[in-house]
Amino acid sequence: MSLEQFQDRNVAEQNYFHVDIADYPTTNMGKFKRLLSRTFKGELFVGLWVVFREMVKFDIHTVQYPKEKLPVGPRYRAVHKMQRLFESGTERCIGCGLCEKICISNCIRMETKLDENSRKLVTDYTINLGRCIFCGYCAEVCPELAIVHGARYENASDQRAHFTDFNDMLTPIDSAIAGKQKEFDGFGAVTPHEDERVNITPLAY
Amino acid sequence: MDMAFLIETIVKIVVILLVFSALAGFGTYFERKVLAFMQRRLGPMHVGPYGLLQIAADGIKLFTKEDIVPQNVVAPIFKIAPVITAATAFMAAAAIPFMPSFTMFGYEVHPIVADINIGILYILGVMGAGLYGPLLGGLASANKWSLISTARAASIFISYEVITGLALLAPLMMVGSLSLIDFNTYQAGGFGDWIVWSQPVAFVLFVIAGFAETGRTPFHLVANDHEIIDGFGTEYSGMRWGLFFIGEYANMFFISFVIAIIFLGGYGDGSGLGALALLAKVSFIFFFFLWTRAAWPDIRPDQLMWLCWKVLMPIAVINIVITGIVMMF
Repeated sequence: MSLEQFQDRNVAEQNYFHVDIADYPTTNMGKFKRLLSRTFKGELFVGLWVVFREMVKFDIHTVQYPKEKLPVGPRYRAVHKMQRLFESGTERCIGCGLCEKICISNCIRMETKLDENSRKLVTDYTINLGRCIFCGYCAEVCPELAIVHGARYENASDQRAHFTDFNDMLTPIDSAIAGKQKEFDGFGAVTPHEDERVNITPLAY
Repeated sequence: MDMAFLIETIVKIVVILLVFSALAGFGTYFERKVLAFMQRRLGPMHVGPYGLLQIAADGIKLFTKEDIVPQNVVAPIFKIAPVITAATAFMAAAAIPFMPSFTMFGYEVHPIVADINIGILYILGVMGAGLYGPLLGGLASANKWSLISTARAASIFISYEVITGLALLAPLMMVGSLSLIDFNTYQAGGFGDWIVWSQPVAFVLFVIAGFAETGRTPFHLVANDHEIIDGFGTEYSGMRWGLFFIGEYANMFFISFVIAIIFLGGYGDGSGLGALALLAKVSFIFFFFLWTRAAWPDIRPDQLMWLCWKVLMPIAVINIVITGIVMMF
């Protein structure tokens, strides 16, 4: 494949052509001729053939949603999760407050104190999902990769608080120790198997 | 009138009512599936295997839904309108021979309720009266969309009835009888004897008029969902609306039978194979009703009137004249 069509940046002219549509007839004879040509052209049967072909091909595109779900991309920003350290299982959050600071819709609220080891302890951490715009700044700014976005996009619940409680957002400790906690790739992450779908790299020109 | 005849007739009526009410339900399932496959969808899948029990779910919904008679409607007419649609659809079935006559327990059964000598005239008349359902229902509904639908029903009614009658006149002249059984025996010789070969124009015209009569897609104007909500059915709920639905689908089946018997040879020589062939023809015509719904756009009411009066009626008249001339010499 030559690079010529990629190097030609004059998009206005290269691939466009005028569709061949005749003008509307003005005379009665012209209208009559149009009627005759439309009547015997068989266009209606083309339509019948197209839908029949699709029925016989049986190329069904339905996703049976509650049973089947489409995979969510690694960059997808749904309801937040709080991560734990591997092996030890301690919370990653160090209570630095950067997420609270950067949050542009002011929906993160945290309270901290010093614990008995003089380590900062998060006593209260809530995210008001009614305000959150899911911009991802909190996950971006977090130095410890503690607050991340999950892939949980099904947000139907009888209590809004079900998503915002710190302990609910936190990875369960047994799965963290077992190493089942998924890292959030975040900004710039490449969708899996993307190489197979990209035919030509945009950097070619 | 002897007792046996009375019992036989009542049994036939009950069988036709039950079979075609059930078929109307199955028709909705079939329609949803066929349309879905043509649009690369799956259609109903959740209730039962492959969504087969969707019919039962729909039935339960229709039967148990609250029956609402809204304010300002003309209640008696509002209530009787769906009954007219359903009743006339089934009344039309009285003169249709659904199968060749067969012997059961040493008793010869004619699967036609009444072989009257004006069969097809009766069927078309009763089916035409069926349009009073949408007409009265829409007028009584106190709803603007229903009123528009009523106006459309009236305009369609005066358009397609002419075509139905004139298109049928030519085959009638050839057969010389109005009974559908006579139509069938006229074509009993086999494939080559079908009236569709000698009257192709009348066949096309009658099919077009059948689409207008049942209100199917190219002429789906009376209850056009995307323009006038559900037309005459907007104010109806529950089983009253269900009666409209059953009437519409029963009408589709009956008009399929009429087309198959008049033009496509019916049940042929009356053997079991002929009966199966009739079922196959009816199934194909019913499938064609669904097929066009997936493929073709709707036209406007004024276009339908233009089509019927300015195009189809002259063609039908010319067809009759040519048939007459050919028969004379």
